Amino acid sequence: MARRSAPEVNAGSMADIAFLLLIFFLVTTTIETDSGINRKLPPTDEIEDPPIIKERNIFTVVVNKDNRLLVEEELMDIRDLRQSAIDFLDNGGGKGDEICLYCQGDKNPKSSDNPNKAIISLKNDRQTSYKAYIAVQNELVAAYNDLRNREFNRIYPMTGISFIDAQKRYSDPRTNLIEKQKLKPLLDSIKAMYPQKLSEAEPSKTN
Amino acid sequence: MSKFKKNKKGLPAISTASLPDIVFMLLFFFMVATVMRDSTLMVKNTLPAADQVQKLDKKDRVMYIYAGKPSIRYQEKYGSQARIQLNDKFATVSDVAAFVLAERASKRQELQNVLTTALKVDGETNMGLISDIKQELRKVNALKINYTTRVGDYSQNLD
Repeated sequence: MARRSAPEVNAGSMADIAFLLLIFFLVTTTIETDSGINRKLPPTDEIEDPPIIKERNIFTVVVNKDNRLLVEEELMDIRDLRQSAIDFLDNGGGKGDEICLYCQGDKNPKSSDNPNKAIISLKNDRQTSYKAYIAVQNELVAAYNDLRNREFNRIYPMTGISFIDAQKRYSDPRTNLIEKQKLKPLLDSIKAMYPQKLSEAEPSKTN
Repeated sequence: MSKFKKNKKGLPAISTASLPDIVFMLLFFFMVATVMRDSTLMVKNTLPAADQVQKLDKKDRVMYIYAGKPSIRYQEKYGSQARIQLNDKFATVSDVAAFVLAERASKRQELQNVLTTALKVDGETNMGLISDIKQELRKVNALKINYTTRVGDYSQNLD
């Protein structure tokens, strides 16, 4: 018996399948964008007479060459750094002009007066590893972000988003102009409540 | 006779009409997914992890400074001390200022004051090198910097 030749496979739908796949990949792949911690360096020109800052308004963080932390003259694990930075910033121990009405800290007279005055001073050694430094930076930024989120949710609950999300929306080029204009005063007011005052000293040399 | 003829014919050829589609699909896929990198990395570059990050949009406003130990194939020639890479070359700290000025001059006038310097530094690098870079950046007034990280929990940095 003669075998019948196989019928030709209909390839008409192949293009459809191909386009389907193409569109699938088009939608799902994202071009990688870099992200990181933004910082601003201080300008070089020396200030003639630096303002006098009270000891209680400075939160000193020192990272040594073995990547260990000394916070306010005490050894600390990095896991506790965020909370103690929050406690310091949110203390609000000031009176009179320096009173902080929105602070929820325990108003310790030995800690910061007002978030506007509170400065975090970060000092590292030349032998500190970059990884550890970034971890510390990350936790300090997280402390500010946690406080800003809290206030944002308290004052503007109608937005339904957190400070971080609002900031993301604001910097996203796809957000329309009207929304950006609405978000800007909200963001600015929260930033003014907890300004990021992070000062970095020049690193020490190990002997 | 007719029997023989039929057997010789064999299977019909598979249609190749859709081959161009497949090729184009692949082409488009790679076009979309590829990230153009203008300099080849000559240093080890495992970025540290952080989660409080901000996106670095607008690529035309960013200049990149890489630092870290030279990759294995360059170690024979350049040693295993951490080094700076600018564009395609290894550089020393004193080259950073010139690099920034050259980059700034190559950008459009209106962008020259809003440039950000992205520091892509390997996690194992010592802070001494980074502070030196930062001092150089301050000298040329390039004050906006970004410590480029990968997204992840900070505890990944602690080992």
